[in-house]
Amino acid sequence: MERHISQRFDSDLEALKSQVLEMGGIVEQQIIDSVKAIESVNRPLAEHVLEVEDDVDRREVLLDENCTMILACRQPAASDLRMVLSVTKMTRDLERMGDEAQKIAQMAIALSDDGAAPGGYEEIRHMGALVQKMVNSVLDAFARFDADKALDVARADTQVDREYKSAMREIVTYMMEDPRSIGRVMNILWALRSIERIGDHARNIAEHIIYLVKGYDVRHTSVHEIEKRLNKP
Amino acid sequence: MNSKSGYNRLFDPMAETGQALDFSQHGLGQKTVGNPFSVKAKMSVRNLNVYYDDKQAIHDVSLDINRNEVMAMIGPSGCGKSTFLRCLNRMNDTIENCNVNGEVTLDEQDIYHKKQDVVPLRARVGIVFQKPNPFPKSIYENVAYGPKVHGLVSRRAQLDEIVEDSLRKASLWDEVKDRLFSPGTGLSGGQQQRLCIARTIAVSPEVILMDEPCSALDPIATARIEELMAELSQNFTIAIVTHSMQQAARVSSRTAYFHMGRLIEVNDTRRVFTNPEHELTEAYITGRFG
Repeated sequence: MERHISQRFDSDLEALKSQVLEMGGIVEQQIIDSVKAIESVNRPLAEHVLEVEDDVDRREVLLDENCTMILACRQPAASDLRMVLSVTKMTRDLERMGDEAQKIAQMAIALSDDGAAPGGYEEIRHMGALVQKMVNSVLDAFARFDADKALDVARADTQVDREYKSAMREIVTYMMEDPRSIGRVMNILWALRSIERIGDHARNIAEHIIYLVKGYDVRHTSVHEIEKRLNKP
Repeated sequence: MNSKSGYNRLFDPMAETGQALDFSQHGLGQKTVGNPFSVKAKMSVRNLNVYYDDKQAIHDVSLDINRNEVMAMIGPSGCGKSTFLRCLNRMNDTIENCNVNGEVTLDEQDIYHKKQDVVPLRARVGIVFQKPNPFPKSIYENVAYGPKVHGLVSRRAQLDEIVEDSLRKASLWDEVKDRLFSPGTGLSGGQQQRLCIARTIAVSPEVILMDEPCSALDPIATARIEELMAELSQNFTIAIVTHSMQQAARVSSRTAYFHMGRLIEVNDTRRVFTNPEHELTEAYITGRFG
């Protein structure tokens, strides 16, 4: 595909892409830091995650403004239209990932104040690593407009959901074994819940990328159906 | 090569701005993609070729236009869309060096049959041009002229009824009912174009061809005509040539993309403007070449 006749339109779209990737990079770091803060009981790191949130919110608003201007001034069609629509949805998911990272950081602060929970850290570490990989891959898929890589992210979310269910069973065991620790274990549980939600948002972004690249709306469909749509075995 | 691979190179730093497309590499000469054919066609075109002297303007185009649909034809200047439109009611017969071959049918009747009289044909397949061209007569006479010439009326009251009905269908009645005998040329551009549409409707056509009907109009007059097209499609089949892609997207149910005399793609308008099948359609509607 050639460049637009209007070079400014090209620059507008390129700027949009860079801004999404920058925002994604910040949110990705927020997720890494929040998981690390809870694992290593690092209160200053958790506080840093909270501080970044304003920047993420500001970027979401700016990206929305830029998308609105492109829609109003350029009336994009086809792949350009899908790009702008996908970006507005992706930024919302990125912002919500940031919110979840913030919640994890708040749990890290609570655990640092109340003392460590009797267990659940291994689950945090394991699920945290899976989700961090998903977020990294989905941003990479967007940077390359790679629908296959986005499909891999959707597949990974199924694994995260399975891990979450299994982690829940473990967490309940800790509570039953030591009812006095329920308050602290609940903090771990909320953090796991947030990690699982980040996985869901990464999957949403993967779906937006598939729409952007292929033009298929694969929301609310199973991974199997997406594979069929993309003719994958 | 298809449009799906195109996006990957949108931001390719190697792609040079303004670089010309190599059309031979883009499936020109292949058959039209999408759904050019239909089982409920009002008009059918098969293997249409049009020449101006030695220059071929239309290459082997086949397309069905459905009953009561609005079909939009888009493409860069000189792509043959207006030439194609004019073949649908034999307006090209008036051009001396124009040679048309292929088959064009209206309700399965060959309109290029040697016994076909073009006058009744053009009453059945009316045309509205880019520039409003009312006759230098009154508003009433502009609309009444066609029914009188075609012998559609025997009484004055009947003619009055047709004039009012046509002006109402063209959404012009309320604006002109008190000055029906003023000159049609005294109306505003948008009103004149609606008068031309009323004039076309007055002879009860089955198909209305529109060749860039809004390009000389302001946005308000354009909106009125577009609104009118939606209403008219209840009773008529409409084929419109437009340079405004947003207009094609707004008014039509199917869109045909022409390129260098070839029909590249015909698809549901929704599909064409969100996820076109052919790379050339994608390039045109996203403004990647002119």
